[in-house]
Amino acid sequence: MATRTEDGVARGGPLARVLVYGLLFLAAAYFLLPLYVMLTTSFKTLGQISGGNLFALPAPFSLTGWQEAWSSACTGSDCTGLQHYFWNSVAFTVPAVLLSTAFGALNGYVLTKWRFKGSEIVFGLLLVGTFVPFQMFLLPMARVLGMIGLDNSVAGLTLVHTVYGVAFTTLFCRNYYVAIPDELVKAARIDGASFISTFRYVILPISIPILMVCVIWQFTQIWNDFLFGVVFTSGDAHPITVALNNLVNTSSTGVKRYNVDMAGAIITALPTLVVYIVAGRYFMRGLTAGAVKG
Amino acid sequence: MADSSSSGGAMPIRRWLDRWLPKLALVPSGVALLVFVYGFIGWTIWLSLTTSSLLPNNTFAGLRQYEVLFKLDIWWVSVINLAIFGVLYVALCLAIGLFLAILLDQKIRAEGWLRTIYLYPLALSLVVTGVVWKWLLNPSLGLEQFVHALGWTGFSFDWLINPDMAIYAVVIAAVWQASGFVTALFLAGLRGIDSSIIKAAQIDGASLPRVYLSIIIPSLRPVFFSAIILLVSLAIKSFDLVIALTGGGPGYSTWVPAIFMYDFGFNRGQIGLGAAAATLMMAAVALAMLPMLIAELKGRRDGHKN
Repeated sequence: MATRTEDGVARGGPLARVLVYGLLFLAAAYFLLPLYVMLTTSFKTLGQISGGNLFALPAPFSLTGWQEAWSSACTGSDCTGLQHYFWNSVAFTVPAVLLSTAFGALNGYVLTKWRFKGSEIVFGLLLVGTFVPFQMFLLPMARVLGMIGLDNSVAGLTLVHTVYGVAFTTLFCRNYYVAIPDELVKAARIDGASFISTFRYVILPISIPILMVCVIWQFTQIWNDFLFGVVFTSGDAHPITVALNNLVNTSSTGVKRYNVDMAGAIITALPTLVVYIVAGRYFMRGLTAGAVKG
Repeated sequence: MADSSSSGGAMPIRRWLDRWLPKLALVPSGVALLVFVYGFIGWTIWLSLTTSSLLPNNTFAGLRQYEVLFKLDIWWVSVINLAIFGVLYVALCLAIGLFLAILLDQKIRAEGWLRTIYLYPLALSLVVTGVVWKWLLNPSLGLEQFVHALGWTGFSFDWLINPDMAIYAVVIAAVWQASGFVTALFLAGLRGIDSSIIKAAQIDGASLPRVYLSIIIPSLRPVFFSAIILLVSLAIKSFDLVIALTGGGPGYSTWVPAIFMYDFGFNRGQIGLGAAAATLMMAAVALAMLPMLIAELKGRRDGHKN
């Protein structure tokens, strides 16, 4: 493997090497540029923003943008910043992530280690379901949430995210458990372990990596969701993504506060960014598992 | 089994539990799947065949909603935008992704760091991406002003407020978000290629570009396959980014079917039209998957014959 690339590049000499590195770092700058601009703008004063250049460092360094974005910026009719919506997002993301991961692990376990007549059909139906655009579910779901009294609520969003997340977590777990030898489960059963204790003592202890993948994938998807949030909630129950969009895009009188917009964007992005930095390798695994889909 | 020796009385119950508990465990998800996925698909298709407008009703109207839909300019604007956006988005992501993956595969020292940097945009909400690029592409204070300050005062970059160009601004932001992910997919594919074939070709005197064009890239076919499927379905569903970046404007110039569906179904009280739009989006996803799925299955079978 190493020889292939070395041979190849050696032909072009050190100049080619410089070119390769140059292009790669240029690409890195392209990916980082918006993050840089977002960060620096959020610490600038409005005066510096309207007068200065986009890439300059903040001078003077100001926290006004952050303070306003968190506690006093207008997101539509009320002007209490993003904090309320941040906690809204936490309130439905955490239970929905845990529930969908738990169901996914259980389903994956049954679909691989306790196969029965028709379990492959269940899995096939599930797989096809993951490709259906969410737009197909919006109108009926809005009716159903209204009927059961969960419209415009954090509980309603928890339900929606759990239901549509389970397809993905089941997929991840099923693909992971398929690779675990059946003998392991058979041995436990011969030793007298039941359906539940086999799961508890044999499967769960070796599931940590895939559970991490599920949790991280689900956390990113649910926290970042905008569609369900904007369709199924209004006003007070909005998730932070919808509140951010309202903060930036509802036309308010007066000057546009770009420092507040950027601080708000960072506040919205921070939880998933932190997860990505801390657990990036699980993130990548979730993505490739999601991309290959079975 | 061990019936006779240990806890004989408990066995039948346990066996019964082991027989039914697994099925019972699937019941909540199975019911949810039947109701919330397949039931809702049926429900939405049904709504698209009724006269439903402000409130859903069950008066059958045949394909009338679709006839109305096909006569609406704004629907065709949305479809054409999706076509422009989809083609450019998929093509650019694949091109950038493949290019960066090949570069990254040249025994790069800082590979881990670079990969982390390339991939982080995918962790961001598309709303955040929209908000940031809206600022960068701001005609008076963003990149344009920066270039003016450099001395090129004639430079104009007003895509966000230009109805003919705004959809391309959406492409820029969307490609920025996803190309790192495609890079990672291609890189994983490149790492899976058997290097002895490449070695042999080089010994035979094949040049590096030739090795890439006729050996490496063709063997990345499965990666192209999954990347295209993923990008096409992302493109068809795209909604958040457009809302945050342009709000569908200026005017209707950046509407896409997902915005059409949302606006007609929820804001304009045209439930039947919204349902028809959603159904067509699903049909589009299915159409996009089918030929590739067939090609892939055929390819696999042919591959086995060789």
